[in-house]
Formats: sequence, C-alpha cells, structure tokens
Amino acid sequence: MKNVSDADSNTAGTTGLIRPIIAKAYKESPHLLHVLYALQQQCLHISDEAVREVAAHLDLPTSQVDAVVEFYSFFHKIPRGRYDILFSNCTSCGYLAGGVDLMALLGQQLGIVAGNTRGDGLVSMGQTSCIGMCDHGAALLVNGMPIVSLDAAMIARIAALVEAETLLEDWPAGWFQVDDNIRVSGLLLKDDLTAGTGLRAMLALGAADTLSAIIQSGLRGRGGAGFSTGMKWQFCREAQGAAHYVVCNADEGEPGTFKDRVLLHSYADSLFEGMAVCAFAVGANQGYLYLRGEYRYLLPHLQSVLVRRRELGLLGVDILGQPGFSFDIGIVVGAGAYICGEESALIESLEGKRGIPRVRPPFPVTHGYLGQPTVVNNVETFIAAAHIVLRGSAWFRAVGTEKSAGSKILSISGDCAAPGIYEYPFGVTIRQVLNDCGAKDAQAVQVGGPSGMLIGSAEFDRRLDFGDLPTGGSLMVFSQARDLLAVIVNFAHFFAHESCGFCTPCRVGTVLLKNGLDKIAGGHGTQYDLDEMQRLVTLVKFRSHCGLGQTAANPILDGLQRFPQVFEQRLVQRDFEPHFDLDAALEDARQISHRDDAAAHIE
Amino acid sequence: MSADTKQNPITQNTITIDGQEIPFLAGQTIMDAALAAGVYIPHLCHRQGLTPHGSCKLCVVDIASRSASACTMPAVAGQQISNNTPALNEARKTITQMLFIEGNHICPSCEKCGDCTLQAMAYHLGMLGGHFPQFFQRREVDASHPTIMLDRDRCILCELCVRASREVDGKDVFAIAGRGINAHLVVNSVRGKLVDSDLETSDMAAHICPVGAILIKEHGYEVPIGQRTFDLHQVSEVGLEKTILTKVRQPDE
Repeated sequence: MKNVSDADSNTAGTTGLIRPIIAKAYKESPHLLHVLYALQQQCLHISDEAVREVAAHLDLPTSQVDAVVEFYSFFHKIPRGRYDILFSNCTSCGYLAGGVDLMALLGQQLGIVAGNTRGDGLVSMGQTSCIGMCDHGAALLVNGMPIVSLDAAMIARIAALVEAETLLEDWPAGWFQVDDNIRVSGLLLKDDLTAGTGLRAMLALGAADTLSAIIQSGLRGRGGAGFSTGMKWQFCREAQGAAHYVVCNADEGEPGTFKDRVLLHSYADSLFEGMAVCAFAVGANQGYLYLRGEYRYLLPHLQSVLVRRRELGLLGVDILGQPGFSFDIGIVVGAGAYICGEESALIESLEGKRGIPRVRPPFPVTHGYLGQPTVVNNVETFIAAAHIVLRGSAWFRAVGTEKSAGSKILSISGDCAAPGIYEYPFGVTIRQVLNDCGAKDAQAVQVGGPSGMLIGSAEFDRRLDFGDLPTGGSLMVFSQARDLLAVIVNFAHFFAHESCGFCTPCRVGTVLLKNGLDKIAGGHGTQYDLDEMQRLVTLVKFRSHCGLGQTAANPILDGLQRFPQVFEQRLVQRDFEPHFDLDAALEDARQISHRDDAAAHIE
Repeated sequence: MSADTKQNPITQNTITIDGQEIPFLAGQTIMDAALAAGVYIPHLCHRQGLTPHGSCKLCVVDIASRSASACTMPAVAGQQISNNTPALNEARKTITQMLFIEGNHICPSCEKCGDCTLQAMAYHLGMLGGHFPQFFQRREVDASHPTIMLDRDRCILCELCVRASREVDGKDVFAIAGRGINAHLVVNSVRGKLVDSDLETSDMAAHICPVGAILIKEHGYEVPIGQRTFDLHQVSEVGLEKTILTKVRQPDE
C-alpha cells in the first residue's frame, strides 16, 4: 500500500463529512450494504474516497467495497440528483404500462434524458427492474419511496414538485399509498395468526414433532423450485456446525411478483412466527430477513413488528419462557440485484459481498451463511409453516393436490380487470384464474415470471402445481392487443441487466440474446438471426452456472415454440442483414447537433 | 446399479469418461480425476492447486444428460460422463467465441500470442473467427506498475490471478467488480492502481494469467513467434500448465 499519503492529501477536504456518516451508520448496523446505503443517501454517491474510508472503518479490502458498490444497482459512483427518480421497466408496472411513455414525458418536462443526472444536480431519472407494484399500474421510486398508479397528469405534478424542491413528505400522501389488493383469500390469507399461537403449539409439540408435522404436511418451497421444506429443515438440523441460521428470502425480484410485499405488509407476524418455528426445529439462534431494496419503505413497519414481538417474549432469550430457546431476527436490506433472490447469492450478499451464486454442492443446508448450516425459505413458505404447526399437517394436506399440498398465493397483473393477490388451492387451472381476475381476451400468460413459462390460450386448461405448471407466484396476463415480441424483448433486457457476470454463457449470452432480439424487433432480422437465437438459447439454458442463466432464455424459447409468428412477421426476406445499423449509429451525432430532420437520417 | 457395484468392488471408485473407466480418490472433482488419468477436459479458469471456480464453463460435461462443470463437480462412483463429443466441443467453441468478442483480443499485436491459452483453445476447438458481432467494450489499461502491465482488454474474468494472489501469494491484490457484462478486474489499492498494490514480479498472480491481461514488462518478445508454448505444444497436453508457469516464472533458465 504505497502512496497512501498522496491519495489522502488530494481529497482531505471531504473526509471530514464522510467519516461521521460512516461511523453513525456502522453503529446502527455494521452491515456493509447498510453503511453504503447511508452514504448513498447523504452524499448522493459513493466516491472512491468513501470506498476507502468504508474499507478502513469496516476492516475490509478496498476492492471488496468497490466491487460491492459497482454490483448493486442502487449504489452509484457518480452523484445522483437530490431527487432520484427510478421508473420500473416491468411490463406490468413499468413506465410504458399505461400505453404512454411516462419516463419520456417526465424527461421532457424536467429537461433530462433517461439515465442521467441534470446539470444542476437537482434530479436524476432512470429505469430499474420491476419494483413489485404490478397491481397498481405504472410506478416509480423517488428516493426509494414508491409512487403508484402513475398517469400523465401526475407526471406533470411530479415535475412541478421537483422543480419547486418540495420535500417528499409534502408530496400528496395518497400517491405513496400501496394497497394490498387481496382479491381471493384461501388457506393462509383468510385469517392471520394471533401472535404467539403458532409458537405455543410448536412448544407443545417439541422440536422433533414440529419437524415431522412440516414433513408430513407435504409443504414445498413457495419460491418456485418446490423442494420439500421439511426435508430441507431436517438436513439443516442434522448438519454439523458451530451455529445454525434461518434466512427468509424476501428478495422478491421476479417481474410480476408482489405477493411478498403484501405478506410483509399485512402478515409479518405470521412470517416471523414461521421463522421462529424453523429455528426451533433446526436449532438456530439467529435469523435474517433479506429484504429487497425496492421494499425498503416496509422496513420501519417490519422493525416495529420485531420490537413488539421481543416485548411479548416471542423473540429473544428463552422465548415464551422455554429455557434454551433463544432466537432473534435481523433485517438486511438489498440494493437492487435480482440475482440475490438465488439463495446462495443471497447468502453472499448477507455476508457483505457481491451476489454471485455459489458452486453447489455443498448446499446452504450444510454450508450456508458464514459456512454454517442454513435454511433459506421464501416468505410464503415460513407463513405456511407457522399455520401448519398450529393447525396440523392434515389440515394443510386437505387442500391442493397429492404432490402439491396446500395453497399458492398468486400475484396477478397485466391485462385483466382486477389485478391483485389471489390465493388458490394448488391444481387450479389457468382458465379459472383468468376468469376470476377478469382477463377476457388473453392471448398468453407468463406463468412464474420471465424465468417461468409463456403459454398460449391452447394451454389454459393446464394446472398450477409442481407437476404441471410450477410457479413462484407471478402470473402476467397478455391480451390480444399486446405485442408479444415487445414483451419478450423486455424480458431479454431484464436478464441481460440482471446477469451477475460470473459465468460466460450467461454474462455474454444474455447480451447476445438481447442484441439479437432488438435487431429482429427493429425490423432488421433475417431467418439467419432467428436460427442464431435458437442456437444461443440452448447454450445459455443448458450451460449456465445458476438458475438465472438457466431460465433467462425461457421467454425466447417459449416464444419461438408457441408464437413463432411474432418473430417471423418482423423478419426481412434477405439472406443477411448486418448487426451494424448505420442510422442508429448516427444517434449520438444527432443528439450533439440537436438535429432530427430527415437529412440527419439514413434510411 | 447398486447391485452391480456390490458385485464388482473395482467400480466403486471409478467414473467413466467417454467410455473410459477412470479411478478417483475421495474429495476429487471430475477434473482432478481426469487430469490425473491424463484425460483432457478443456478448461481456462481451472488450475490445479487453486480453489475450483467453475466460471469459464469450458469444462462443461454431461453426466447422464445433465450439464455440469467438471472442475467443480465432485466425482461420484459410477458417473457416466460425456466429454469429448462433437456437441460439447461445439458448445465450448461458442463459449470461446463469446470470450473473444466480449473483450478486445487482437492476437497479432499481443505479446501473449503463441503463449495464450485462450488462443490455443480457439485452435483446439477449430474456431475460425469470433462469429458474433464484437462488443467493443471500453476497458482500462493500467501501466502504473514499474514491472507489471495490466491490460483489461484481454481479461476473460477467470479469476486465476484473484485466487493465486489470495491463496498462494498470501495477498489480496485482485478482485472482480461490477455486474453482468460490466464485470471487470479491479486492483485492491487506495487508488485502484497496480503501482499502489503490493503485487511483485515474483508473485504467482503476476504470471498466472492465461491471456495477455497481466504481463511482465521488459520481457516482451524474448521468445520469438514460432517457438512459443503453443507453437510447440497442444493445449490438450495434460500437465502443460505446470511447464508454462515454471518457464515464465524463471525466464533466465
């Protein structure tokens, strides 16, 4: 480490500002992501100097802090505006969801191009992956707070409020109102557990019988993969380790999914109860809730529920007077990375690193958080577990199908009359779901989000369960009026943006797929490009390191198989068309010269 | 299957690669067992003695019909593994092309030409060109260090230098930052410059780069083109890596 004094003397001016922010944040929570969040909030960026200061304060390598800052979407090395506006780009809650380009509209009114910070530093504007507001139409985050149900009139008012530098707390409170929109309640949503009832039932059963009840219930992971929850807990319980951990995956990043938002908002007690049940069954003393950064606005509420549960003796030392049963839960908030929904990437992020999926085996149940046995489950899974210990495995098994016991909470969005939360017994048909949500002229449904499956109307009698159509809960409806190719292009952009970059097939492949699709959608694709897509999707799907890469090509694969016409009708009838687009290449020059007349284009 | 293994104890500690039975020891990966038996599985991010990484994906094999990285997958008795098949080599060629087009690889003007494992891999797999449109990414060159050069244009993100520094040199000079296609090699020092790091010419991390991203200065073109490693050897010669590393680390011998 030579030349330290050099670097210090260059920037000594701001060190005095940065150090207290770091010290204060660190005292509140020593987690790297939380310290970086505080810096981003207060300094509007994380400078090289701040990176060095954080590394020194947390005793981490500078490179690790640097790597983390550059990995997560909500950290920036270049200053953002005092109003940092991020539009969702999801097909359901994105800036195009209402048919008007709301981001372009705001950009015009504020005199700013998407992706930039305005010269005066007042405002920056950009797009971000789905923020989980899909039942509310177009949505954005302003300084991390969601504003939903956007329309052109609101955009004009937002522009005015920003220009007037009105404090966020003085913006119309109704804009920030996020409703639960529960349309159909089933097994879990019908009634919330009274805090502590599940834990009392569990203590009466004892750890071994609690575990048996979960195994016998047939509960399978609600994140979509569907591994037996009871078996997972048992593997973790049996694994040797200095400590065991319980982690709740609340990094609900799959576009079109928002059920965890509702569960965290209105069923947090049941969730924490379920985590405590798991802790009791596997012998853990510490749990973590990994909350996606987009849901940071729920943090005060979640913290208050934890405080209340500690006061009630439902968390902490000797829970409900049971000697030796001590368990507490900490919340770690992410910072914009879909990959952290993958359980081993989530654990890496919990450890203050980039969210890179680990090599498996070993699995988290034996080598998880800090290398110790760890259960990672979905929010919905823990809630189901809390209900099962109280009501019994037979109660749970009575609903659903033989292989898929219980219910599934769906997040339904897109082209339907009543988007929202629907809870059904497993085995329900897509047709039934579409009828209930008022989707009259659906041409296709994306089951399980972009990483799931795109099906057409011929398959609407298929059933939602682990044997037929497994799903983490996202269900996006596309009417006859939708341009399906635009949807598939949107998903391809999403995966290219969210690929962690670890393995070659996904890192490069998702970009090649995105570029290829853009070419076809732009009317420059040939049969050759379509054949290339086919070849690439196979490679990306079968040769990628983790679930992200292995599913990233699904929308294209399903599209080519079920809706080949949406690709073919855009093709040009030539043998070859270059990727290089002469007219598009002139765009920079047009921007610089403020020209957009016919003579500034080549066609 | 289990009845078979009981009858024939020899198969208990063997895997089968392309029909060839190969013994393995507990704890070995498929790659370990294959290399020990002299069977080549293409790889770029793997080096014996360093923690397996599984990122380049050149070592993809099929076990039954499931894809796996040979360098990270533990060998399990009775595994039926496909390795040297036209389909797998085609996938590997495409992956190699991906590595070429995401970076800026100008072989004729690169000092590593002829000693470059990526280039040798391309020849091995019959790659005639990058196939895909070039990404032309802007990547930073770091010439700050007096004796070591870092040209990120050629970096393939294999993290061999990251691991060598951490696990062999006992330092922590390199890391990967950024996400997706923006992932890039960073240097662990106050200004992120190589000169501020504690990297030394004698470190393994200074020599392990399979491409020309990390080069020792003032030793360019000491070995003429035509007499370089892969002018004389095939990349598929098992054990060659040790020869390369020894040779480069002691250029005077």
